[in-house]
Amino acid sequence: MIKVAILSKSYGDTQVLGRVEFAVQAGETVALVGPSGIGKSTILRIVAGIDGAFEGQVERPDAAAIVFQEPTLLPWRSALDNLLLTCPGLKRDAALHALDRVGLAGKDKEFPGQLSLGQQRRLSLARAFAGRPGMLILDEPFVSLDPHMADTMMTLTEDLIAEARPATLLVTHAEAEANRLADRVLRLQGDPATLKAES
Amino acid sequence: MPDNRATPFLSILGLLTLWVVAALLTDDPQTLPTPWQLIPLFQRELASGELVHHLGATLIRVMWAFTLAMGFGVALGIVMGRSERVNRWLDPWLVIFLNLPALVLIVLCYLWIGLTEIAAILAVTFNKIPNVATVVREGARALSPDLDAMAKVYRMSWLARLRHVVLPQLAPFIAAAARGGVAVIWKIVLVVEFLGRSSGIGFQIHLYFQLFDVAMVLVYALSFIFVMLLVEWAILQPWERRVRRWRSA
Repeated sequence: MIKVAILSKSYGDTQVLGRVEFAVQAGETVALVGPSGIGKSTILRIVAGIDGAFEGQVERPDAAAIVFQEPTLLPWRSALDNLLLTCPGLKRDAALHALDRVGLAGKDKEFPGQLSLGQQRRLSLARAFAGRPGMLILDEPFVSLDPHMADTMMTLTEDLIAEARPATLLVTHAEAEANRLADRVLRLQGDPATLKAES
Repeated sequence: MPDNRATPFLSILGLLTLWVVAALLTDDPQTLPTPWQLIPLFQRELASGELVHHLGATLIRVMWAFTLAMGFGVALGIVMGRSERVNRWLDPWLVIFLNLPALVLIVLCYLWIGLTEIAAILAVTFNKIPNVATVVREGARALSPDLDAMAKVYRMSWLARLRHVVLPQLAPFIAAAARGGVAVIWKIVLVVEFLGRSSGIGFQIHLYFQLFDVAMVLVYALSFIFVMLLVEWAILQPWERRVRRWRSA
């Protein structure tokens, strides 16, 4: 379960976030939507534990995973090593199975640069789910994909979420994406940004 | 077009030709002997064991100074590149040490520590650390924030982050610092030996300088250049190819 209680977040003298409180249950997918620049990514960084400079508190499971807009892989390590290095304790067989699950069977020895962009995104998904995360953060992972590829990747993501059932926070500006993947949609509004009451 | 692999050898052959032409034009072995006039001298020094002894002494000093300078320089460069606060404090030191003549550091080390092996190695190390730190700092400033965030979320240990996230990104910078480092370090080691050691290529060059023996100066200098070329071709270049193999895969 993810429990977020942000009181405020500022960059210098500029307050970008006001009170933002929500929780995401295990197995639940919550989408955070809002216009560009409102602070979605700031909340994501706080929830992920990347940004600790804020007022408030976040409770999150130990095992966390993230899928960025870009694949963000280690280009100097093989596909298999990209999984093994980021998921301590993951066995080789389990890592190979995770690659197989996203359609990358037989690609374990290849470097990310040898894979197509679509395959790199699949590898990024495999990495996220290989460690059986309690918390999954999706940062606009389908934003730059063509409609067909986006649909394929969303279906794969839905299947993986249904299998692993992590508490998932999806940050997106695409309503259709949010409506398809999420159980609940939270909207950011105002300056500093706060959550609009759920309808 | 000659084979690319042959180019370095052809280039060195060109340099040798230039040397032969200059020696023949000079026509004075005391000033500039021809390469073949050095061969018997080289064989004599090799047979007596003198050459190996002095080459070994210099090589050990180079290895120690290189290892220490790279170790401390890389660590300092990473810290300064990652922390603007640390950089603000240490940058003026770096500028001072970068502009401090090598000779001053060597003389000070000998005066403060004495004419010892430790003083010699430290003098070379202190000369090289600022250069390594400066190059690596630039690399550390260019580290990918996205990979940093990824490593943080996936809770990679600091050792795993250093080994698999940070150092591979710094590899081109470390390789550049290492290559420049080896070349500069062995030149400074020779000065250190020239001034205050009783062994090494620098010591032998000092000895034959006093005897005005150009041929022997060349025998010792060229022998060490040959060793350093071997280090470049047998160790540095294969290592560089290995760390860059993912780029060409």
